[in-house]
Amino acid sequence: MKKNQVCQRSGVFRALLLAALLAAALLPLSACGGGNTETVIVYNWGDYIDQSVLRDFEREYGIHVIYEEFDTNESMYAKIKAGGTAYDVAIPSDYMIKRMIDEDGLIKINMDNIPNYVHIEDRFKNLSYDPLNEYSVPFFWGTVGILFNKTMVDEPVDSWEILWDKKYAKEIFMLDSQRDSIGITLKLLGYSLNSDDADELEAAKAKLIEQMPLVQAYVGDEVKDKMIAGEGAMAVVWSGDALNMMLENEDLDFALPREGTNIWTDAMVIPTTSRNPEAAEKFINYMCETEIAARNCDYINYSTPHREVLAALPEELKEDIRFYPGENDLAMSEYFEDLSAMLPVYDRIWTEVKAVYE
Amino acid sequence: MRKKLLNGPYLAWMLIFAILPLFIVVWYALTAEIGGERSFSAGSLARVFEPIYLRVLWRSLKLAAVSTLLCFFFGYPVALILTSRQFKRRTILVVLIVLPMWMNFLARTYAWLTLLEKNGVINSVLSFLHLPALSILYTDAAVVLGMVYNFLPFMILPIYSVLYKIDHSLIEAAEDLGATPLVTFRRVIFPQSLAGALSGVIMVFMPAMTTFVIPRLLGGGQYTLIGNLIEQQFLTTYDWGFGSALSLFLMALLLVTGALLMRSRGDGEGGLW
Repeated sequence: MKKNQVCQRSGVFRALLLAALLAAALLPLSACGGGNTETVIVYNWGDYIDQSVLRDFEREYGIHVIYEEFDTNESMYAKIKAGGTAYDVAIPSDYMIKRMIDEDGLIKINMDNIPNYVHIEDRFKNLSYDPLNEYSVPFFWGTVGILFNKTMVDEPVDSWEILWDKKYAKEIFMLDSQRDSIGITLKLLGYSLNSDDADELEAAKAKLIEQMPLVQAYVGDEVKDKMIAGEGAMAVVWSGDALNMMLENEDLDFALPREGTNIWTDAMVIPTTSRNPEAAEKFINYMCETEIAARNCDYINYSTPHREVLAALPEELKEDIRFYPGENDLAMSEYFEDLSAMLPVYDRIWTEVKAVYE
Repeated sequence: MRKKLLNGPYLAWMLIFAILPLFIVVWYALTAEIGGERSFSAGSLARVFEPIYLRVLWRSLKLAAVSTLLCFFFGYPVALILTSRQFKRRTILVVLIVLPMWMNFLARTYAWLTLLEKNGVINSVLSFLHLPALSILYTDAAVVLGMVYNFLPFMILPIYSVLYKIDHSLIEAAEDLGATPLVTFRRVIFPQSLAGALSGVIMVFMPAMTTFVIPRLLGGGQYTLIGNLIEQQFLTTYDWGFGSALSLFLMALLLVTGALLMRSRGDGEGGLW
């Protein structure tokens, strides 16, 4: 009786309470029973979906969605790994998916239940993190580049080197992320951003230490407010965020450095914590429906891997190589690979870079 | 017997949420994963003493100490004013001190980002008044400001609560015997408020030493403090062993500091410890 009350469809607070109860009591979801009390727990990046899509999914399938957000792949992984919440769908990036597959952390998706998978462009299939397309369905993709303010930077931006230009001292925002910041530095030095070579990493460390005094701050999501408000000349950002910021402040522009960069895909997966993989598959398939994917694309402005959605985009956007670079434009760019074994080395470099500052 | 029964829930709570986790931390700090199994190893603890991490620790200590001192120098007078007889609006001031704590800590810290930035609220006002711009965001000053702002109530309230309890006739006696206000303060009021001051110092120093949000947001992630380092071990590197070793070392440090402070006071009653 009590249980049924808790499981009824209701507001966010109830949903959170339910999640907490589930976590605490480790109750099997089936205990709730009943058609409209079925639940799917979704774990996604912050501000990375048109929330109205979730309500439409609930209406269409009668499955209640509990929606939670994370801010880095690493924190998502730590949370899922720690257990406690029975996440049914997560949307991590490529290298993290690889890691989770390698650690038996993901359930194979039954692609027969994802008929909309046909809409995904071929260049986002059979990638090295999931070579047989067994575990993941691409959600959005993008790159890392330099967002700059045209009123403060009047030279062409086409190289990572500009982030080391003393002219822009204290006008530069870097990502507070070990993998990304060390990665672009490796690219600048002409190395792979998946390097595990001690000398190359040492060189990248020295380069980052050299840059340290020029950096205004190492930031996360707050970079958006900062760049829109004109608080800095340049920032290393993800392509989709760049487009969003450019829509808010027309002085901003975005460039992909010629040395190449990181190309990434965020894809939907089903962690082994899932208690309702069928509902998870329904959710994943729903996200790939053309109309739904189009609404998400319209809301978050990242690059879509969905053929039909891409075709319907305005001409000037889909031909803009800053946001829809072709495979040739990305010849120098790389996906991140899972570097689990190197994490302590990267951590050490990052700590040393930041401990130098006095 | 009944007392024991009433203690039950509290003891169970402490056991599950304080003692047990503590043992888990100790376990992770003293073991390392070798060939899929965790076995005893002092490696993580030894790493804590590498120069680079000691530097991080030293920097955290310095910033926490400065913040605690500032909180004391701002907080003590406020507590004094609160208890003074002439002060009629005591309740309003107490509410004003406590009120910000009802708002989310993160939101309040975030607000400082907007206040302090180059074209932020404070600088707009300054430039309107033709005063030089303030550029302290992403410096030690901003981090200390964030700590003092967030932790000040933890200094004021314990001091206020002991000052409030001081027997007023003692102060009157001192005055009758010809003590100046300064002497009364130094010899009568201050010694009796030490317990509260000590609680305040501990309650500010501990969160200041361990915070990772304030240096990340207001320090612009420019340097790693001990709190950031620990967070990094759990959320980025997944080195629970080293993270636990750092936490354990930090706990030991705070315990020793606390114990020394208690000894210097000479008695065990009152305060939070």
